[in-house]
Amino acid sequence: MHNKTVAELARDLSQGTYSSVELTQHFLNRIKQEDTRYNSFITVTEDDALRDAKAADERRSRGEATPWTGIPFAHKDIFCTNGVRTTCASKMLENFVPPYDATVTARFRDAGAVCLGKTNMDEFAMGSSTENSHFGATTNPWGEKLVPGGSSGGSAAAVAARLTPAATATDTGGSIRQPAAFCGITGLKPTYGRVSRYGMIAFASSLDQGGTMSRTAEDSAMMLNVMAGFDPKDSTSVDQPVPDYTANLNAPLKGLRVGLPKEYFSDQLDPVMAQTVRDAVREYEALGATVKEISLPNTHLAIAAYYVIAPAEASANLSRFDGVRYGYRCDNPKDLMDLYTRTRAEGFGSEVKRRILVGSYALSAGFFDAYYLKAQKVRRLIQQDFVEAFKSVDIIMSPSTPSPAFALGSNTDDPVKMYLEDIFTIAINLAGVPAMSIPAGQIKSLPVGLQLIGNYFDEARLLNAAHQFQQATDWHQQSPAG
Amino acid sequence: MSISREDIEKVAVLARIRLEDDQVEALEKDLGNILNLVDQLQAADTADVEPLAHPLDAVQRLRPDQVTEIDQREAFQKIAPATEDGLYLVPRVIE
Amino acid sequence: MQWEVVIGLEIHVQLATQTKIFSGSSTAYGAEPNTQASAVDLAMPGTLPVANEQAFRYATMFGLAIDAEINRRSVFERKNYFYPDLPKGYQTTQLAEPIVGPGHVDVQLADGTEKRVRIHHAHLEEDAGKSLHEDYHGMSGIDLNRAGTPLIEIVTEPDMRSAEEAVAFARKLHGLVTSLGICDGDMSQGSLRFDVNISVRPEGEEKLGTRTETKNLNSFRFMESAIHHEVERQIDILEDGGTIVQETRLYNGDRNESKSMRSKEEANDYRYFPCPDLLPVVIDDAFIDSLRAQMPELPDAKKTRFQAEYALSDYDANLVSSNSAIADYFEQTAKVGGDAKLAANWILGELSARLNAEDRSFRNCPVPAERLGQLVQRISDNTLSSSGAKKVFELLWNGESADVDELIEREGLKQVSDTGELEKLVDSVLADMPEQIEQYQSADPGKRKKLMGGFMGPLMKASKGQGNPKVLTEILKKKLGD
Repeated sequence: MHNKTVAELARDLSQGTYSSVELTQHFLNRIKQEDTRYNSFITVTEDDALRDAKAADERRSRGEATPWTGIPFAHKDIFCTNGVRTTCASKMLENFVPPYDATVTARFRDAGAVCLGKTNMDEFAMGSSTENSHFGATTNPWGEKLVPGGSSGGSAAAVAARLTPAATATDTGGSIRQPAAFCGITGLKPTYGRVSRYGMIAFASSLDQGGTMSRTAEDSAMMLNVMAGFDPKDSTSVDQPVPDYTANLNAPLKGLRVGLPKEYFSDQLDPVMAQTVRDAVREYEALGATVKEISLPNTHLAIAAYYVIAPAEASANLSRFDGVRYGYRCDNPKDLMDLYTRTRAEGFGSEVKRRILVGSYALSAGFFDAYYLKAQKVRRLIQQDFVEAFKSVDIIMSPSTPSPAFALGSNTDDPVKMYLEDIFTIAINLAGVPAMSIPAGQIKSLPVGLQLIGNYFDEARLLNAAHQFQQATDWHQQSPAG
Repeated sequence: MSISREDIEKVAVLARIRLEDDQVEALEKDLGNILNLVDQLQAADTADVEPLAHPLDAVQRLRPDQVTEIDQREAFQKIAPATEDGLYLVPRVIE
Repeated sequence: MQWEVVIGLEIHVQLATQTKIFSGSSTAYGAEPNTQASAVDLAMPGTLPVANEQAFRYATMFGLAIDAEINRRSVFERKNYFYPDLPKGYQTTQLAEPIVGPGHVDVQLADGTEKRVRIHHAHLEEDAGKSLHEDYHGMSGIDLNRAGTPLIEIVTEPDMRSAEEAVAFARKLHGLVTSLGICDGDMSQGSLRFDVNISVRPEGEEKLGTRTETKNLNSFRFMESAIHHEVERQIDILEDGGTIVQETRLYNGDRNESKSMRSKEEANDYRYFPCPDLLPVVIDDAFIDSLRAQMPELPDAKKTRFQAEYALSDYDANLVSSNSAIADYFEQTAKVGGDAKLAANWILGELSARLNAEDRSFRNCPVPAERLGQLVQRISDNTLSSSGAKKVFELLWNGESADVDELIEREGLKQVSDTGELEKLVDSVLADMPEQIEQYQSADPGKRKKLMGGFMGPLMKASKGQGNPKVLTEILKKKLGD
């Protein structure tokens, strides 16, 4: 059962091949047996899952099932779940049980999906390796000494290890695409504003976007059908019609215009990686796409702009963790200042503190114009690069990451080195366009991700292109040996 | 660009994060490196470029002035570190 | 040396919306602590703000009332600082792009001259919660019901030159916002709070002196005494050769003393930046035009109308039009009472004095306008003598709810004007006063008026206060042979 896709499970459930309770129990058993190796879950909600599975089976027997009814899945532990601990992988929220649901959580609940638990991540989504977790690092199912990527490393590892058919995730600078690439699965970051951020614990508000992790593009389309849509509780969510993302999956790709940005294929790119990606692009040509070189001239500024804007927003977003109304509070504070400074020193991990300090510094008196305002101007330049590019191409392709999964501990001493891991993904968040990573080859038996970047609200085309690739290749069906 | 010890200590007070001495030392190096990275921005020509705060250049939707929230004090205060008589308790606030 | 006083005001006006500026929580005053603090107001993780349209309507109406530019685009920013009554660790406010641009308010001073006070701008922001300083085992209690209540902060230019001008302006502003219906004007509940910036400079000097800010003055009386106190303090320091420190001061009205609030001063660097959870608010001409069409009659227009319609003096008209509560009260009283001038006299005289003495306003006046109107009517048709009127007023003030005619009847206050009856009374009283009659009749005609009083006392006493003094005087004159 665990090797099946969401679409296949939905078919089986509707045909009564097995019940949701049986299916859910199967995945819970797998988590119990396997996850001691990966540490991909922070919280497993066995009782709730079985209760919801039973309810889903009853709903089905009443003839009220939707495609997601009874399907097990997992939430990144950044989405608030009513009555279920939501930690953001932080000591700060170690015992935080929200009395409310994120909009994404509520939508899956309404669809009748069965949440198996909450997946591990970098604390407050700050990281590219899932090593910055208060609950310990997650390991990559493709190699126990490798990182799964981050920040959504728990979701990626759990899907890759077949502990869940699919999982939600979030992406601020590559946190869906990079772990999807490292774990050999399919990940989609939608257009900024497509999925509600309400109840999704904020890292950088103008960059954060919830998205999907699954084995196939078809499953991602099914997930997006649940997640996407306007939310009156999120001022930045977009009130635009939501298409059925599965409807267009089988459209032929003939005439699809693909752009390869020369800045992403520079001399600095590892030649093996470059070749692997070019091979995948050749597959698209075989499917009828035309390929041309394009330019995104401000690419080299993206990381710099991101590491001003994201920490600046984060520095304010994380001020609410003050030990007053919820979450961690230091013991015996002697006065107000002590309450604040000790609660936050003890409750946050070192990467989170680093980013809060960088962000506070960039916003402080005398630096605002040179850092924050400048970064926002550069952000517009980067956005214009994409606007310009999409005048002549439909999809932009690039590697998702500079290399396959790196070793645990190899970047933890050097934050800047870790930041550079997101070199291919960060500009997309600054522009707000949608992008996917799909398995498209291997280097030394480790999966390589192909990044597909689309125009605003063009998720259906991305999913179509990803699905057609997956019909023609089997990279997405490769599973780790474990 | 480098950042001084003093700057780090100042910004840590603003951000209400207590730092131990050895942490300040490590941060001097790490934050200095990060600031070097972001200093690449200074080379960009941004004359006549409008800052971009949101990718979609959208405008705020306004909400009708209707009460939609109910009292959930009990649920909210169940997860609070310290409350009494419906109030959140903090070390004495001195005006 | 002659000193010139320079005063500018910052006024926080709580808007009379049903709900908070960024959440659907009620703003009703006086609820149990934290029962009107929703997940958004408590800054629960993942929650997001959505702006209240009514707050923008009210702010725009204020802008129209002061003849200001209404900015078609306004932007919320985050003002970052930690305080227990500020759940997010930042206040959402407007800085670079406020909703209301420069405008002005014209104020009539006691000597009848007009003074123009320029408004620098007015912006929308959220109120903070309250710290309760009762002792909870050495801790303070935090109530967040007020957190998120919409405010407009109005900032004047330093145009006022005395406490009297500042108070006249403050009263005018109070009248304006209450007439607009955008604020309930209840200063005792903090609906309107004044911060006063004060500096002094030698007469003739152009350069402004160093200013101090006295915060949160919540009555006109305290505002006036606080300004006098601070001006004296500054002049004393300067004349002793000292210098003024720029600081925030807290004034204690009961003790007429002030102290520095150094705790608030410590190295504030608010790190403002545009709030990424909210988008720029854009309003169009149609929005503004529809509000312009709905604007209520404002105090200046009311004053002109009162002079024309009720033949009030400039002075009286100015006072009874100064705010909507008193103006509405006046119009109702005049309608019932008939004699508008007499109505104004009672309202500005006895009633205002009593209200002021108890720090009450016309909005919670114990005497309904209809009752005062009846009283006015019975005075002007001679049913009541002035002493009878005072007695009736006293009953009404103390909560007597009966009709005025019933009270006159019940208390036997009806004035006797029947000539036959009063003639008998005069005859019987004069019969006992032969000496006084002799004295009167032999007196110089110029002194007779004074001697007349000697008869009126016993006459009123004999009539148990019910004799119409006018009629009695007529009879008396006749009997004494005038």
